[in-house]
Amino acid sequence: MKSLSETVVAAPAAPLRRGRKIPSFNALIGGTLIALLILLALMGTVWTPYDPLKLDLMHRFNPPSWAHWLGTDEFGRDVLSRIIIGAKTSMWISLLTVTFAITAGTLIGLVAGYMRGWTDRLLMMVNDAMLAFPGILLALGLLAIVGASQYGIVLALGIAYTPAVVRVVRSTVLSLREREFIEASRVIGNSELYTMLKHIAPNCVTPLIVLATSMFGWAILSESALSFLGLGVPPPAATWGNMLASSRPYLATATWLGFFPGLFIALALIGINLFGDALRDRLDPRMSQ
Amino acid sequence: MMGTMTALLSVRNLSVQVGIEGPLAVDDLSFDMAPGEIVALVGESGSGKTMAARAVIGLLPPPMRVVSGQLRLGDVELIDLDSERLRQIRGAQIGMVFQEPMVSLNPTLTIGEQMAEGLRLHTDLNEQSIREKSLTMLQRIGIQDAERCLGAYPHEFSGGMRQRIMLASVMLLRPALLIADEPTTALDTLAQADVIGLMLELTREQGTAVLFISHDLSLVVRHADKVVVMRHGKAVEQGATRQILLGPKADYTRQLLDALPSRGELAPPTGQKPLVDIRNVTIEHPGRQHFLRRSPPKRAVDDVSLQIAAGETVALVGGSGSGKTTLGRSVVGLVKPCAGQILFEGVDILKAGNREHRLQCQMIFQDPMSSLDPRARIAEILVEPLRHVPGLSSQDREQRVKTVLKDIGLGEQFASRLPHQLSGGQRQRVAIGRALVRHPKLVIADEPISALDMTIQKQILELFERLQAQYGFACLFISHDLAAVERIAHRVAVMEHGKLVEVGSTAQVFDHPQHPFTRRLLSAANPLQRLADGSYQLRNTVTAQITQHP
Repeated sequence: MKSLSETVVAAPAAPLRRGRKIPSFNALIGGTLIALLILLALMGTVWTPYDPLKLDLMHRFNPPSWAHWLGTDEFGRDVLSRIIIGAKTSMWISLLTVTFAITAGTLIGLVAGYMRGWTDRLLMMVNDAMLAFPGILLALGLLAIVGASQYGIVLALGIAYTPAVVRVVRSTVLSLREREFIEASRVIGNSELYTMLKHIAPNCVTPLIVLATSMFGWAILSESALSFLGLGVPPPAATWGNMLASSRPYLATATWLGFFPGLFIALALIGINLFGDALRDRLDPRMSQ
Repeated sequence: MMGTMTALLSVRNLSVQVGIEGPLAVDDLSFDMAPGEIVALVGESGSGKTMAARAVIGLLPPPMRVVSGQLRLGDVELIDLDSERLRQIRGAQIGMVFQEPMVSLNPTLTIGEQMAEGLRLHTDLNEQSIREKSLTMLQRIGIQDAERCLGAYPHEFSGGMRQRIMLASVMLLRPALLIADEPTTALDTLAQADVIGLMLELTREQGTAVLFISHDLSLVVRHADKVVVMRHGKAVEQGATRQILLGPKADYTRQLLDALPSRGELAPPTGQKPLVDIRNVTIEHPGRQHFLRRSPPKRAVDDVSLQIAAGETVALVGGSGSGKTTLGRSVVGLVKPCAGQILFEGVDILKAGNREHRLQCQMIFQDPMSSLDPRARIAEILVEPLRHVPGLSSQDREQRVKTVLKDIGLGEQFASRLPHQLSGGQRQRVAIGRALVRHPKLVIADEPISALDMTIQKQILELFERLQAQYGFACLFISHDLAAVERIAHRVAVMEHGKLVEVGSTAQVFDHPQHPFTRRLLSAANPLQRLADGSYQLRNTVTAQITQHP
């Protein structure tokens, strides 16, 4: 008897993946980008090169120069200052929107997937009806009700994005439900709620991170689309989205007006996607050590 | 002797490497196959047997590559061939049957379409004769309504049927060599015997040689002319089946042979009064919901009564779909019977109020890959059941987990590991530990070893026996593996179509089966048995007895 247990202990465990002590390339680049943008946003609260709202009609459409690094816009406002100020608004709106959609969507998806039956059918009916609307249209309708403001946008976009999250979470839960460790948890005597929170929710994290990072991008772009339609953060306040939107008529003559806000949106998205990938690898027990 | 014959397939010093600097998956493997010969590649998962076979047909998955060696099929050197020529040989001269019938047929194409594919590619037959040929083949393999079958989709057939169809479509091209990669591992005992029988019949008719890959030694030795035993990519031993069986040279072969179960000497159960009394239990799965209408419910368990005494092991055997798993799940409360009672120490555990008693019954699941939460550490998994034991301090819990870890043969260093870092056998040990940590009086073991390699199966069975002696639990052992059942069960209950058709002591059921279904089950199993004098015997097929003449 003793020899048996000894041989087993001596048997080599499944090979461990090589420890990843150095953060991955993705984490490094993504993390740096995000950190820089956050710093930029924080800096904007105390100092900008110029007053981002100050009109200077003598210097309209100035191309990038030593005085105005990123040029000036159609009212002579400094583009760099506006981008710095806009960083805070744009990123804050996206972050809140994503958080809202993920939280609400996860809750609804968990309940629908785990309860099944009538609960599921009812929730999914509403959900699919919402999915049938284009997200931006839904947001427009909601904004018309709550009124255009920063938090109105968050609420409208958040609700518009929730159905996609519900779909992802529900399908993950449905496949998890069939796994034997969920049954094992029930046999042990765990309650449904405990099983749901302890065993099902954590295993939904991987697909959620992938979704959240891409949703962050949608949110920035949707905010700009709403601004373009006049329902975004109202001017003269600057967001990357409304800067991009208002640059459209001058795209041929003053390229920098559209280029720089676009560049910052792209940088933010790249940073968040890379960081999201790294985070997913980190949180997945099969990938990290 | 073999060398002088013209070999059909000759493998010389074959080595397959993972990537450029990876380990060798197949290491210097050589063997010959004569036309019409059945050669078995036997080994555990990871022994390289599948990779060796895939190298032959030129279908190594990407990181794998042949680094050296020769593969001759007749006069053709397969390794030198370009992909165009290799494609002409694949299918036409070398056919392959895969392990998983559920996924090896394309679900969106009809059976007729899939059978015609190979013929269109490798022959000049017109559509009419292709259809006729397919029809004849389907009739040949015993499909009643062959005409309808041609237009049917794979999901309309059971796993065993699909594997028959797969086999038929491969053999339609009359290949000289058939590679069968664990063709029956995913099937239950009856379907297994059926598919193997068909495979042997068809290949014998057409004079096709078979390269039979399997981890199941007792299955292989019944049919193969020659056995190649592989381990860690190397052939540790090869020779005629008889020679391997009676005079194994390599230690590893001996280990495999030792892993063949034999009837165990069991201590009699401790209790006399039934611990669990299953009374007239009927379980129905609700029918599918159609628009405004439900199809009639499917009866999975039909009026079953069974008693289990304290400390007793009762084996529940039957084919897949016989309701044995459903019955087991009902005892732990995972499915609700629609009629009948389940009494545990005289208390009806189906009633919600009797949770305390129900928690005395625990379950071990079949698939160790999916029965552990991939995000929980081993210690967390083992401590979880103790949440429901009142009055335990955190030290007590830690102590209990440590004890269990030791009892299941894993050291304390495993406590902080995650399931994916463990092998299948180790995971199953954890699953057993989780079931036992609360010291239940009854354990339902649902096919606990069928997903494991042979030598691991033996270890787990031994562990199970030892733990049963130590913890004294009664057990309902659900299995289709009769060899394992014979080893550890006091009594055997046989189920067919939801009904209990025979119950009796292990010796009684195995030696004097009463019900025709039990007899079929027993003859379909591969009860290769090691006798006391070191020889082997195939039970119920006395004609095939192999004995040693010193």
